[in-house]
Amino acid sequence: MVFLGLWFLAGCEGGEEGGGNPPPGAGTTTAAARTGEGAAAESKESAAAAGPQKAWDPALGTATVRGAVKFSGAAPPRRPIDMGSEAKCKEFHQEPPLSETIIVNSNGTLKNVFVWVRKGLEGWKFPVPTTPVFLNQKNCTYMPHVQGVQVKQPLIIRNSDPFLHNVHSLPVRNRPINFGQAKQGMESTQQFTRAEVMVKFKCDVHGWMGAHIGAVDHPYFAITGDDGAFELKNLPPGVYTIEAWHETYKTQTVDVKVGANETKEIGFTFKG
Amino acid sequence: MVAGFFVAIMILTVLLFLARPWIPPVASQHGNGIDFLINYLLLTSGVIFIAGHLILSAFVWKYSRRGAPPYRPLSSRTEWAWVLLPVLLMTAISEAGVLVLGLPIWEELYGKEPKDCITVEAVGKQFEWITRYPGKDGKFGKVRPDLVHDIENPLGLDKDDPAAKDDIVLRGPLHLPEGKLAQVQLRSHDVIHSYTVPQFRIKQDLLPGFTTSARFRPVRAGKYEVACAELCGLGHYRMRNEILVEPEKDFQAWLSQQKGWFE
Repeated sequence: MVFLGLWFLAGCEGGEEGGGNPPPGAGTTTAAARTGEGAAAESKESAAAAGPQKAWDPALGTATVRGAVKFSGAAPPRRPIDMGSEAKCKEFHQEPPLSETIIVNSNGTLKNVFVWVRKGLEGWKFPVPTTPVFLNQKNCTYMPHVQGVQVKQPLIIRNSDPFLHNVHSLPVRNRPINFGQAKQGMESTQQFTRAEVMVKFKCDVHGWMGAHIGAVDHPYFAITGDDGAFELKNLPPGVYTIEAWHETYKTQTVDVKVGANETKEIGFTFKG
Repeated sequence: MVAGFFVAIMILTVLLFLARPWIPPVASQHGNGIDFLINYLLLTSGVIFIAGHLILSAFVWKYSRRGAPPYRPLSSRTEWAWVLLPVLLMTAISEAGVLVLGLPIWEELYGKEPKDCITVEAVGKQFEWITRYPGKDGKFGKVRPDLVHDIENPLGLDKDDPAAKDDIVLRGPLHLPEGKLAQVQLRSHDVIHSYTVPQFRIKQDLLPGFTTSARFRPVRAGKYEVACAELCGLGHYRMRNEILVEPEKDFQAWLSQQKGWFE
């Protein structure tokens, strides 16, 4: 009994910190998830080398890195999502909604790319925003499909549909979540305790539903939209590794040095 | 008082059994044979069970009022006889009966695949069924686990394989023609599932890494539920699909409207 009690306590402690064994689903991580694990580990090593973290001084944030994510090659057509297994979901849409996995914009850029500072900010400790970010389950899709959040920033997961959805995250470094939201309007507030780029969310009830969230320990990230552009502003002067992540085309990195009151243009090109 | 309670329970059980059919009506050709087997086993083992208990009860009733009976050791021969007799009787009735009645059905379900049958694939994953038709070429294309994507490629079809281009992949109901033998190839993407269609008297496990199959000839048009009969996780209870059995003409009309995954 004593042994069982100790084992249980150890399990609880490990679970709180997300340090326990990953769930079965986490074993089949995508290349992107492994990238996130590597990125997080690299960030941790750099932080150790940099010594104790300094509190962030907003007056230093005068530099900007911006650019666009281009796409080369033939743009793949967006595939209609097959919601045939759930009549209620089909009823939401006159025409099947299109997949958000690969969206090539009219100007030849790529949408839904998560761009973030992977390396170069390890010496700083940034304040955590109290304003929440939302992951909405609406019309049997996740909205938005890709987004970013700061570590320990509130993430509100909401069910806007009048029937059951299930929220199942597949992290490597954070604690996985897996719960149902049976009624319309149900909300659950979650947070990431560790940096991880990216974490996949899926619905076990509707197999086509998927979303990706990048959790980072600083505010310098952006998601490309209809123009494929991104901007990381209010950076302190320094040398950075900027990474672009895409669900299908994985990751690319660019090293950039930016001075005070300076704006640097960089770019990424993913090949189809 | 206690005896009355148990008798009441027995009567209630029998009445419940007789109140309605507890097995859904058969909708496949081999289903009647399965039902016959079930009834045969129920009847034979039931008769033996009831007869045994009636004899036991009679002896208890008869000899319980005479006080303690004198000890009389059994002969070895008598003991062997009363051990072997029920064993042989049960073997003859149950095992031999099942083999004689069941082997023709087994042959129908698992024997050599006949030429004139429609082959489809049902893939189980937590917690849904995904259906694949081989398309106009009649061949299933290759699949690769690394190509699986929930929306873009739920089965991981290999685009470089010509046979995969016209494969039809669906999340909705499985359509089958009435009266035609259907061979459903079964694969699992994750854990063990079980493909179960009660009206067709079909229950077949899906094992990760293996391809199993279920074969049946639907004989009645209609809508039938496919359920997972192997506890496969939290969403197991929702792992359902439908089979729509329709006249050959309607089925062909529906099939002609479906597009290949890469078309």
